[in-house]
Amino acid sequence: MKKLISLIVTAALAVTSVFALAGCGAAKETEGEKAASDFKVGAIYINSQNDTSGYTYAHHHGITEAMKQVGLDPAKDLYIVDNVPEDDEKVKQAIDQLAGNGCNIIFGISFGYINAMEEKAKEYPDIIFSHATGYLSNDTNFNNYFGRIYQARYLSGIAAGYKSLATGNNNLGYVSAWGTEYAETCSGINAFALGAMSVNPDAQVYVYEISTWGDQELERQAAETLIDTYGCGVIAQHCDSAQPQIVANEKGVFGCGYNSDMTKEAPNAHLVAPVWNWDAYYATAMKAAMENPATFMTTVGNYYEGLNAGLVDVSTLSANCEPETQEAIDLAKDLMKSGKWDVFSGVKLSFSGAAGAVAVAQSDAALLANDGTEIVAAGGASVDDGVIQGSMNYYVEGVTQVN
Amino acid sequence: MLEVFTLFLFNIIVYNIPLLYGTTGEIMIEKSGSLNLGVEGTMAIGAVAGYLAGAKCDSLFVACLVSFIASGLVGLLFSFLTVTLQANQNVTGLTITTFGVAFYYFIGNALSNSAGGWPQLSGTKLDEHSQAIHIPGLSDIPFVGKAIFSHGILVYLGIAIAILMWLYFKKTVPGLKLRAIGENPAAADSLGVNVAMYKYIHIIIGSGIMGLGGLYMGLNMGGTFEGSNCWINGYGWISIALVIFANWSPAKAILGTLIFGFFNTLRVQNAALAYTFPETLGWLTKIPSHFFSALPFIITLLVLITSSLSKKKQSGEPEAIGRNYYREDR
Repeated sequence: MKKLISLIVTAALAVTSVFALAGCGAAKETEGEKAASDFKVGAIYINSQNDTSGYTYAHHHGITEAMKQVGLDPAKDLYIVDNVPEDDEKVKQAIDQLAGNGCNIIFGISFGYINAMEEKAKEYPDIIFSHATGYLSNDTNFNNYFGRIYQARYLSGIAAGYKSLATGNNNLGYVSAWGTEYAETCSGINAFALGAMSVNPDAQVYVYEISTWGDQELERQAAETLIDTYGCGVIAQHCDSAQPQIVANEKGVFGCGYNSDMTKEAPNAHLVAPVWNWDAYYATAMKAAMENPATFMTTVGNYYEGLNAGLVDVSTLSANCEPETQEAIDLAKDLMKSGKWDVFSGVKLSFSGAAGAVAVAQSDAALLANDGTEIVAAGGASVDDGVIQGSMNYYVEGVTQVN
Repeated sequence: MLEVFTLFLFNIIVYNIPLLYGTTGEIMIEKSGSLNLGVEGTMAIGAVAGYLAGAKCDSLFVACLVSFIASGLVGLLFSFLTVTLQANQNVTGLTITTFGVAFYYFIGNALSNSAGGWPQLSGTKLDEHSQAIHIPGLSDIPFVGKAIFSHGILVYLGIAIAILMWLYFKKTVPGLKLRAIGENPAAADSLGVNVAMYKYIHIIIGSGIMGLGGLYMGLNMGGTFEGSNCWINGYGWISIALVIFANWSPAKAILGTLIFGFFNTLRVQNAALAYTFPETLGWLTKIPSHFFSALPFIITLLVLITSSLSKKKQSGEPEAIGRNYYREDR
């Protein structure tokens, strides 16, 4: 008898925790049964749909916002499988489940879903598969999407550059998940450094690579090391949590967050954060798929937009920023939106002038890697293809990786 | 030059004290003959409950008290299941880990989504009281002052608990009875020791101590909730390995914490050392950080192998660990 009771209690515990993890996923599925609209959206998330910040939150927020924009009801027309690890079998199961729910388009937000999505796109030719951060696609129903976040990073670099001039400390720190292994991280670091140097040519960026996308404790210690040992006065970051900003706040230096406005976590330190507005893409994709799924690959295709489409931007500048910052950021933003200039080109910007009269000058200068190799000759065209195709694997001059 | 070492020593202590809490708590439980694999979950529950109560009342004392009680209740659940109902200890412990971590995310996400949001730490009395205490004289000693004598109250409490527990095991009658239960519960029972009561009390206290470690981690992370990364971050599991490394001695647990902490810190501070001493220590940055993460476990393996090979019976492992004691089986 005792054994039986203990078995029941243990099982009850296990079941409770499973439900706690799964959140309200189960409840949603029954609600959405036989909805009025027959267009259904499926989403596969790496973390929980109940997250209140971070990567999954940004995508979930983008998808629900976009659904409202195109007239869908996220409570009825959205099917989610969340907490799906980057494991082909698990991703395939999630896709089968969403296909069974009758989804017309399936978004997969994590890089490692790539192979499973490619394979399943063949199996379900009537469903559109859309994969974030990947590089694979086909001609009919499988695309990838990402954005020029480096443009927003350049803008945050401008804010950091002004701060470094004001404090007289040229050392900037950067807590990064990865270094030159991924074009995504390395282009962000390079753009941040180039942005900072457009204001303060003597700026130096010290990169600490933590070798994981998210580990609060490592992020924290990395920021401490950059501040204490390398004397960095501004801490930028490309990792999941707000720990680097919190450390900057504690130590009385400044910082640029990522993904969301981190001023609430670091009120005295945070300057500005590069942010994603994923709804810009999701609305485009859903609209195209609702109108004519057959032409999806020609109307949308592989999607790689930036400031001009509103996919990336910077958060509202905090009061910690120097007075010239907003004007300089607006000038740079206009240049990038117009398509006349881009970050990784042989033309560099330099900002001068006091607040109210900030001016930008363009001059031809070769883009050099930090080992002196010439990447782009003076006046040459931008090599942003290297970011899109994932081949960028160098740091620009002024960047040092410390570990 | 020397600052880098001061900082290194400082970080060893400040980031690894939770290991000491987890380890001493687990030692107390294992000494009673029970193996609780639920350290991670117990710490998570103590952390979230203690932090929220402490933030609500704006008091470090309340935070500690509630975290101890909340984790103690988890200990009570574990005792009820394994001592009274004789459930399998391994399974129960693992269940508690899954449950505890999920509970952490469940409460955290629910609160973050609610109107008031997750309570912030910065600027509160709770924050102020958990900061480093300046000890006149000691904190001003060059080099060691900053490294050893400039910590928050919970750091000293953790060390005090370890020392007191060591004395308790060695010098007191209840400590002796407890060890007897861990070695041979039937013999202890025949001498009139109330085995079930002893197990209950020590499992609850041990779990409560783990909760304090969890609370410490939350406070050390600035009290922010992340939907994808738990405060405890695997420290509960490392603690279980550290129990073996410390050979079930709370005093050695302090040493073990410092050794594990050394590699844990080296994993991050290798860059700072290499930067300060490029000629002598420059090679440190060439070692992948994952190697440093694995090193404590490699050492634990070596300790296990050497202690198993040694002819003399030196192991502090309680003889009856992991087996439930059922009186009628005698």
